[in-house]
Amino acid sequence: MNLQFPDLTPVMPELFMTALALILLCTELLVKKKGILAALSILGVVVVAYTLIGSSGTTFGGMFVSDGYSTFFKVIFFVNAILSVLISIKYIAIERVNFGEYYSLILISTLGMMIMASAADLIVLYLGLELMALSTYVLAGFIRYDIKSNEAALKYFLLGAFSSAFLLYGISMIYGLTGTTDIKSIALYISEKGLTENPALSLSMILFAVAFGFKIAAVPFHMWAPDAYEGAPTSITAFMSVGPKAAGFAVLGRVFMIAFASIKLEWVAVFIPLSILSMAVGNIVAIAQTNIKRMLAYSSIAHAGYALLGIIAANNEGLASMMSYLMIYAFMNIGAFAVVIMLRSEDFKGDSISDYEGLSRAHPLLAALMLIFMFSLTGIPPTAGFMAKLYVFMSAINAGYTWLVVVAVVFAVISAYFYLRIIMYMYMREPKVEVSLSTSPSLGLALGVTTVAVLAIGVFPLYLVELARAAISGF
Amino acid sequence: MFENIIRPETLEPIVRSVINIGIILINIAIIVGIALFHVAYATYFERKTIGHMQVRLGPIEVGPHGILQPIADGLKLLFKEDVIPQVADRTVFYIAPVIFFTAAMTSLAVIPFFEKFVIADINIGLLFLFAMSSLGAYGIVMSGWASNSKYAFLGGLRSAAQVLSYEIAMGLSLVGVMIMAGSLNLSEIVKAQQTYPLGLYLIPQILGFGVFLIAMFAETGRCPFDLPEAESELVAGYFVEYSGFRFALFFLGEYIGMFIMSSIAVVCFLGGWTVPQFILGIPLIGDILSKIPNIIWFLLKVYFFIFLYYWVRATVPRYRYDQLMAIGWKILIPVALANIVITGLIKLWVKGMI
Amino acid sequence: MLPELFFAYFAVTIVLFSIFVVTARNPVHSVLWMLLLFFHIAGLYLFLNAEFIAAIQIIIYAGAILVLYLFVVFLLNLREELKIYRFIGGWPSGLTFGIALLAVIILSIRSFIAAPPGKYSINLIREETHTKALAKLLYTDYLFPFEIISVILLVAIVGVIVLAKRRLKT
Repeated sequence: MNLQFPDLTPVMPELFMTALALILLCTELLVKKKGILAALSILGVVVVAYTLIGSSGTTFGGMFVSDGYSTFFKVIFFVNAILSVLISIKYIAIERVNFGEYYSLILISTLGMMIMASAADLIVLYLGLELMALSTYVLAGFIRYDIKSNEAALKYFLLGAFSSAFLLYGISMIYGLTGTTDIKSIALYISEKGLTENPALSLSMILFAVAFGFKIAAVPFHMWAPDAYEGAPTSITAFMSVGPKAAGFAVLGRVFMIAFASIKLEWVAVFIPLSILSMAVGNIVAIAQTNIKRMLAYSSIAHAGYALLGIIAANNEGLASMMSYLMIYAFMNIGAFAVVIMLRSEDFKGDSISDYEGLSRAHPLLAALMLIFMFSLTGIPPTAGFMAKLYVFMSAINAGYTWLVVVAVVFAVISAYFYLRIIMYMYMREPKVEVSLSTSPSLGLALGVTTVAVLAIGVFPLYLVELARAAISGF
Repeated sequence: MFENIIRPETLEPIVRSVINIGIILINIAIIVGIALFHVAYATYFERKTIGHMQVRLGPIEVGPHGILQPIADGLKLLFKEDVIPQVADRTVFYIAPVIFFTAAMTSLAVIPFFEKFVIADINIGLLFLFAMSSLGAYGIVMSGWASNSKYAFLGGLRSAAQVLSYEIAMGLSLVGVMIMAGSLNLSEIVKAQQTYPLGLYLIPQILGFGVFLIAMFAETGRCPFDLPEAESELVAGYFVEYSGFRFALFFLGEYIGMFIMSSIAVVCFLGGWTVPQFILGIPLIGDILSKIPNIIWFLLKVYFFIFLYYWVRATVPRYRYDQLMAIGWKILIPVALANIVITGLIKLWVKGMI
Repeated sequence: MLPELFFAYFAVTIVLFSIFVVTARNPVHSVLWMLLLFFHIAGLYLFLNAEFIAAIQIIIYAGAILVLYLFVVFLLNLREELKIYRFIGGWPSGLTFGIALLAVIILSIRSFIAAPPGKYSINLIREETHTKALAKLLYTDYLFPFEIISVILLVAIVGVIVLAKRRLKT
């Protein structure tokens, strides 16, 4: 028996992340001030991000790959983790769930996402997904005394487990067909043996699409999202509307672009209806919502539909636009949630849309920030959201799906109704209730960072897009 | 055991397989016979032992020194009325004792009584024993539930929690043995012990043995961990509503369970059917002792543990439930884990890998 | 012939038992059907010469998880459970989708071509014993997934403690 020790350089960020989560778990016992834990986790994530440099390569017998694609996604996850921690500090104290495990779970969930983005083997992919999902289930139910939080955790868990079953079916079928779980070898085997026409392969592909559809909350696999987003702690809603979705897109891109490359036409035909349905249901149902978290949940479903356009384009340009879309979405969505969180104070829930009536009178700065995020989510220039949509639409048009882009634009216009309604409420209505903000330096920092990012990317989008293109070049 | 009588290679395949099945059936019959006889006289042994420890006589009326008492008891149980409570869940009530008894009896299949005398010499013997003991927990918990009685239900719950908790400790305590023997096959484990000092794993695996010994008591629900059937609190625990032959099945299952736990201890720590090397080394006595059949050695060792059960029952008071859980989770499991790490490291060191 | 018969028995009973599990009115009965189901799954593993996994299936699933499940069922007072009537009946749509999925699977599975078997043939496993073969693979080729699983289990423990034990400051 000769044990060859695997090369650990490519997994360095993951190792550091695990170590960080474990250290936090232990420090929690000693440190009474939870703010220190939050600061430690942010610092730690920055260190982990630093280890990304020079971590490229393949290891563990090709099961794990660290390339530009995965690195870009990992940056999204780090942004997501840092911003989520920043907006959490005050909020979880208000909700009285100020436990140190909260930060460890966020980090471990991020670790799961990182593993997903780097998975070159279906087993690793599945385990990364479970790691991410399991921590997020716990986080969603973190406010134990709140029945809505329990509901969120349970629904998320049950449907997540359901989607895992689909993924496992898909994996077992593809394993039976090709005899391997390595994504590259699967593609090789399919093209060598001419399995392209095989309906069993299509079935496996559809099962994968269903499982990932659950994770990115695309219609008709979105049922869990509104309830889970509404019930979960708001900071976690922000976290899970960005992270797991981006991770879902990461594996979607890798599995479908590589393993199922030879049946591209078929899976594009599966994703087109998913995309249209997501945009339709997400944008239209969002109009009827009275709870801002629910509304943002439907908006998040709709955004999954837009980002799917990048996958449908099925080329590197499409993937790059999808990646930059997700990065921008991370900033603007967490920014919007930071505003929502600021309205939550000791005895005021502040998650109803009517609470925003006349906000500009009492708190003009906050209203202005919300305005920026809502503009960005709608896709109005000069915000980043416009650029995100623009690049995704461009890539879809270049791939020949002009009609699909027309549909998407129509839905984007519809979406303006409910995003701008918030702005209308803030600026054109008289305040009904007195809203007192719960400000904190960290929340201010998060708002500052997201606002600057949304505006900066909106004005200078090329840098991000070039980064995404460079990241995808070696794919 | 019949290899010398029949030459298998001279026979037709069909005849050979029939003979094989016949041999297995004979083996099963022998082992079931031993087990039932054991249960009958283990009760007698128990009552006598405890009686004498408490300075009384124990059973004395039926036959000389009460030697026929177990048979009388057995007959009585067989002819008693089989009472089924009206509110019981009948199906579950019927099958619960059968499951309990079956799990115990099935475990006997993998225990090597002496060399090559084992019904099923499977590679995962130890795991099979764990699996069967966890199945036995179902018999208990189901009987407790199906009786629809407070005492039975509480007893069932207690027992299930107890068995579950201690099974972890027990499983972990044997991992050290598995590491040292490099096998899960019980016969292989016995053979592997020959290369160790005294032919026992008792000394290198003293930590594991200690944990196993305590877990063994809890796993069978015997004193001092007999909370599931604590008379003073729960009348009789999970089988309070059972009578007649169904009660007898629980009774048999419990004693066979003790026999199996003792056998595992003997096989894994005391060298099974083999004679300790240091005794064989003594000039005159060693020669005489080596003439004694292996099965006797095995049973002697097993009965030592069974005596230990009785001894403890006669001397040690019952634990409180939270103490039981605390011992299991906070002491036994960490110790067993430490034992695994230490054993693994030493094995690597001996092999020269670290 | 005999292997096919064995497999048919296990496959049919597994499906049958899983139907019993979801249709049993009494949750305890449903758990007991589940127990039988687990034993049959273990039988299937044995049939594949995966003896270690068969034993683990019984020890972990039947011996630990299902007993805990039974505990939860016991400790819930079902009479006091909140009963809410559903707006939409789940049966018709569920049945339609189930049958449709079954039809799709049956149709596409007919053209399934199995890949050539890997290097772990039955003879090799017999020679090496299943436990050893599995252990070697787990600690060499599948080391990375194995380590991920350890983190997953840690999350499960931490999650349970956070959700169940920590006192909330209300």
